[in-house]
Amino acid sequence: MSDQDMTTEAPPPRRWWFRNHGDIERNVTLFLVLSLGVVAIGGIVEIVPLFYVQNTIEKVEGMRPYTPLELAGRDIYIREGCYVCHSQMIRPMRDEVERYGHYSLAAESMYDHPFQWGSKRTGPDLARVGGRYSDEWHIQHLMDPRSVVPTSIMPGYGHLARADLITDTIGARVATQAIIGVPYTDDMIANASADLAAQASADADTAGLVERYGDRVNARSFDGDPTRVTEMDALVAYLQMLGTLVDFTSYEPLSEENRR
Amino acid sequence: MPLIAIFGFIAFVALVISAVAADSLFAFHAGLIAVISLGVVVWRARTVDLSAAAKLALKPEQTGYMDDVIRAGVIATVFWGIAGFLVGVVIALQLAYPVLNLDLPWTTFGRLRPLHTSAVIFAFGGNALLATSFYVVQRTTGARLWGGKLAWFVFWGYQMFIVLAATGYLAGITQSKEYAEPEWYVDLWLTIVWVAYLGVFLGTLVKRKEPHIYVANWFYLAFIVTIAMLHVVNGLAMPVSLVGSKSYPVFAGVQDALVQWWYGHNAVGFFLTAGFLGMMYYFVPKQANRPIYSYRLSIVHFWALIFLYIWAGPHHLHYTALPDWAQTLGMVFSVMLWMPSWGGMINGLMTLSGAWDKLRTDPIIRMMMLAVAFYGMSTFEGPMMSIRSVNSLSHYTDWTIGHVHSGALGWVGMISFGAVYYLAPRLWNRDRLYSLRLVNWHFWLATVGIVLYASAMWVSGIMQGLMWREYDELGFLVYSFVETVEAMHPFYLVRALGGLLYLTGALLMAFNVYKTVRGDLRDEVPMGAVQPAG
Repeated sequence: MSDQDMTTEAPPPRRWWFRNHGDIERNVTLFLVLSLGVVAIGGIVEIVPLFYVQNTIEKVEGMRPYTPLELAGRDIYIREGCYVCHSQMIRPMRDEVERYGHYSLAAESMYDHPFQWGSKRTGPDLARVGGRYSDEWHIQHLMDPRSVVPTSIMPGYGHLARADLITDTIGARVATQAIIGVPYTDDMIANASADLAAQASADADTAGLVERYGDRVNARSFDGDPTRVTEMDALVAYLQMLGTLVDFTSYEPLSEENRR
Repeated sequence: MPLIAIFGFIAFVALVISAVAADSLFAFHAGLIAVISLGVVVWRARTVDLSAAAKLALKPEQTGYMDDVIRAGVIATVFWGIAGFLVGVVIALQLAYPVLNLDLPWTTFGRLRPLHTSAVIFAFGGNALLATSFYVVQRTTGARLWGGKLAWFVFWGYQMFIVLAATGYLAGITQSKEYAEPEWYVDLWLTIVWVAYLGVFLGTLVKRKEPHIYVANWFYLAFIVTIAMLHVVNGLAMPVSLVGSKSYPVFAGVQDALVQWWYGHNAVGFFLTAGFLGMMYYFVPKQANRPIYSYRLSIVHFWALIFLYIWAGPHHLHYTALPDWAQTLGMVFSVMLWMPSWGGMINGLMTLSGAWDKLRTDPIIRMMMLAVAFYGMSTFEGPMMSIRSVNSLSHYTDWTIGHVHSGALGWVGMISFGAVYYLAPRLWNRDRLYSLRLVNWHFWLATVGIVLYASAMWVSGIMQGLMWREYDELGFLVYSFVETVEAMHPFYLVRALGGLLYLTGALLMAFNVYKTVRGDLRDEVPMGAVQPAG
């Protein structure tokens, strides 16, 4: 069989779309434009409204941008591919709410560039892991997971405790987040390095940090070594704030503006 | 000579960028580009023939088609396939034996898993699509590839994308968007390569000698165009520094999630489905030596498939913070998608009607038919899993992993192997493959591997989903999370065994292709021949 003889001879066409399909098949430009149009529709209908429909993101109290140290920790979380095995999205089923806490709201990831909802739970959900365990537990667990959970299959991350956190780009990172819509103020951008250092040390002056990010920010030497700021400090600072921002005592899931 | 000048310049620029880079990771990537460019310069300087005779000796392919780039594509397909499957076996074993993570930064599961997915989808699958689309578009239009050396730029540019992406994952350069992990500068590079690819493909269609565009090319064209759209929108990001590796995506939270899964599901729908359907529409009829079952079914199934697929993304976000209306749209369109998918399956399977005996004698057509059968199975399983109540159990579990692999190993892998076996003797001008019996071995190793893999993941996924939601009579959750992890261990072993069998089959293919390229023919009893009684 030759290459130019691949399809059966079409029977006499009955319907107009079969009859006229030959015109499309003979015109590359028409084919290109039609197929691009056909594949564009679904995305436009589904995605564009998310930016305009008012109740897509709930009205809540307590959301704030990440502190510079938490943002640095989040960058490490992303770099190490934690999202590959840990979700940050609690679904509203009874077992999930009992296991992990209040179901996740869209508002809780409104400043997440990129989102970290995940798609697989090889390990447990981390959306509300903040404050559940001590810093010491997190350090021990990250250094050697099986020393605290004997049958865990998580890799060890001892190298985070040995690596000094790279802080010279933190101002630029915060500024970049501001450009794409996270409400960091000029004050926050200018003081990013100072705020990072203040949050990670045991006895620094945290007045500026508290003024900018609120008095519920965790500020301490997370890895127990106040002489240096490690990647471990940043990652644990991030983990310890996950899911703790929204004030659920003032959240009204059944109010009209939160009906979704 | 121009090659030396171009790559010398690239190496120089890359070295300068490496020196002024804002972070060590970006410096590493720029340095890598410099080293590769210098390698090209050295290779070219040593092999270039400046004598007058060399200028006359440019001889066109005997067929008039541009086949050298396709030969390179077939070799790259086999190479990256084995690399991707190997990493898959490694990470499967890491889940069974966590000590294999080695606790080094660049060998943990979190960094190797994107390496595996990208190697298999984009390196193996992508090269298979490049090679076959270049082959098919020339054979069905009667025209040589448009753009001359542009096709070579597409090939090498694409390999460069793969190397940058893969080394980046190991070093920790990632956007964390699944199947779109490469950072902004690698994304930009891929965009350039992809536009060139579209140019070569469209240009060849424009100068075709046949009045009609053959159906396989519809699928290839839809794949190229749609991937361009998805890649550009999902990749929108703001770099922290123009000489740094880090960027932040412009979308956040719920919008970012839907853009990502609009991309992610259609990476499946257009990269792993439409493109490979293009493959099916050429290689199945050629190998079976029969015309496509129904021309009308191709029309209906093509337009319905590309229209419906793009809506299906939200089924990855059931019960999340994505608004209900979007979840419902995603579910409804996913269920509808079952119909055009099976339209394609029927068109592929029924092409063999009247020649079913070939399944016994021709392991290549058997491989292709198994691929189409797995396509049908996966495209039934997918709509089922997109139903919200089913998804409430399957989401976050290994069931999803099993589903993906019955599609990837069964459909994408097998149809690609079939195409490679079809192409190898023709591209290297051999009478036949080195050994059909080795193809038969490959077929059975791969088939048993897939069955082990998929069934292990069904059991582990459904079991873990049920364990997570199990209550005792007093209303307490029965299992802690880690107890559900422990229960996965035997299934992770079975999965690793399945993957190992699949990898072994691919190694046989590499050997078979290697011998075919060398021109060796194995002296063997033909498939299906009656063995003389001993």
